[in-house]
Amino acid sequence: MASSSVPADGHGDPTRRDFLMVATGALGAVGAAAVAWPFINNLNPAADTLALASIEVNVKPIELGQAITVSWRGKPVFIRHRTAENIKEAVAVPMSELPDPQTDASRVTDTAKKVRPEWLIMIGVCTHLGCVPLGNKPGQDKGPYGGWYCPCHGSAYDTSGRIRKGPAPLNLAIPQYLFLSDSLVRIG
Amino acid sequence: MASSHGTPPVFNNKVIAWIDHRLPIFSYIEKEYHTFPTPRNFNYFWNFGAIATVMLVLMIATGVVLATNYTPHVLMAFDSVERIDRDVPQGWLIRDLHMNGASFFFIAVYVHIFRGMYYGSYKAPRELLWILGVVIFLLMMATAFMGYVLPWGQMSFWGATVITSLFSAIPVVGDSIVTWLWGGFSIGNPTLNRFYALHYLLPFVIVAVVALHVVALHVHGSNNPTGIDPKGPQDTVPFHPYYTMKDGFGVVVFLIVYSLVVFFAPDMLGDAANYIPADPLVTPTHIVPEWYFLPFYAILRAVPDKLGGVIAMFGAIAVLFILPWLDTSRVRSCTFRPIYKWFMLLLVADVVVLGWCGYNPPAGFFIPLSQVATLYYFFHFLILLPILGKIERPLPMPPSIADAVLKKKAG
Repeated sequence: MASSSVPADGHGDPTRRDFLMVATGALGAVGAAAVAWPFINNLNPAADTLALASIEVNVKPIELGQAITVSWRGKPVFIRHRTAENIKEAVAVPMSELPDPQTDASRVTDTAKKVRPEWLIMIGVCTHLGCVPLGNKPGQDKGPYGGWYCPCHGSAYDTSGRIRKGPAPLNLAIPQYLFLSDSLVRIG
Repeated sequence: MASSHGTPPVFNNKVIAWIDHRLPIFSYIEKEYHTFPTPRNFNYFWNFGAIATVMLVLMIATGVVLATNYTPHVLMAFDSVERIDRDVPQGWLIRDLHMNGASFFFIAVYVHIFRGMYYGSYKAPRELLWILGVVIFLLMMATAFMGYVLPWGQMSFWGATVITSLFSAIPVVGDSIVTWLWGGFSIGNPTLNRFYALHYLLPFVIVAVVALHVVALHVHGSNNPTGIDPKGPQDTVPFHPYYTMKDGFGVVVFLIVYSLVVFFAPDMLGDAANYIPADPLVTPTHIVPEWYFLPFYAILRAVPDKLGGVIAMFGAIAVLFILPWLDTSRVRSCTFRPIYKWFMLLLVADVVVLGWCGYNPPAGFFIPLSQVATLYYFFHFLILLPILGKIERPLPMPPSIADAVLKKKAG
């Protein structure tokens, strides 16, 4: 480009034409990016998808030691009524043994900062590649740590839903939730 | 007609001559598919480019017909596919041709890739030809993956979940990318719609890249089993009728095998779980991708780290792009590489073992086995190829293709 606009005297100094070429090119690139943006952003979640309804769940029928699965944002949410043994096991684990260290208490605290160790509420999606781990229904494989086990790639979670073994990098996620009463919880 | 090579063809038909004078398509066909000088010693491995082309056309033809009856909506997709199978006239046939066509397209392409690797077709001056081929392979994988989502069965849904979640391994922006891919917070209707649009679009992109692949092929012509360049007319034959016939024969044999599967075992290569409608709350106990992805799936699972596994899986394909520069040997064909020949066959065995690991649940001895097989895969490309090319002593090469062929006949 520069060679075509070298002045007749042979000097390679930038000319006004060079400046105009670069400026036009730069503006063209900005314009192209500006036009590309709506096409890219178009693929992001639409307003109706974003308008998330929170759900309210009555946890009273869940017996001690049982768990249920509810659907929220198109994903399963696990609600487990933990036994004293489950809680004791989870609390006893030293932080040094956890790939993603979190205390058990921090995982059973609602948005009002109230700790309810008997209720563990988690998004039931393996943090590896998104499968639903087994262990929420009676009779399912709970894995070597007594919590949940993902059959897809072998990740094992403990009774606090923390990753203990396998390729998943993080503990099962805790959604925002608030206990409106002792038996009614709002998720979202 | 071989004698006409080099001189522009004369058309007796006035209409053809009139058109050709303005748009030389007939001259082009004459030059590239009739008189085109082609090595005289192709074996049957050289059929698979033509076979893959036939499969691509067949996939587009059956796909367009299926699209006229398919409904891309999460509530209706599964039923619309069942309707194609049961109610639409010959719908079962078109669907089985398309479904198994994907498998047979991959069979043809895998053999074609093996041919290219065994006979060193990727070496200078055919590096770009090879790279375009790897691009086609990647496009095929994307197209096949999205097509498998469309029937909206359990394997469709969970296969899509696992594969799109791969991108969540990217640090910082991973989750945003996954949400962007999904158009929501999980695989849902927006995902199905965009996959359908892309599944219809990408085959035509493949056609365009195949056209470039063929243009690049015709610059220096085909490689051949000896890997020696043709040195004169004694080493070549015109493409037509010699290779139109040989390719035609290969295509017919391939289509017979394909038809046997389509008519007698149409679900042999599929997964029964995909006849269960998608359920976002229940993961099938054992998620397996289609067979043609199994080796790469095994590599993904072999690495006990999320990001590491994803990098290894994409790396397994990325090494193919730089294969022409990893191989330091100046000899193309394995026929004259006494050591590499066996390593090449070992690589094939390794990929089969990886596929076997990918098919089985990630437990017991499949974990160490898949790790060893993954290590060998990368060892082969990144360490063995660069070193072996320098230390291997190739066998004596015949002076020309004609010599090699005639000597073999005499002996």
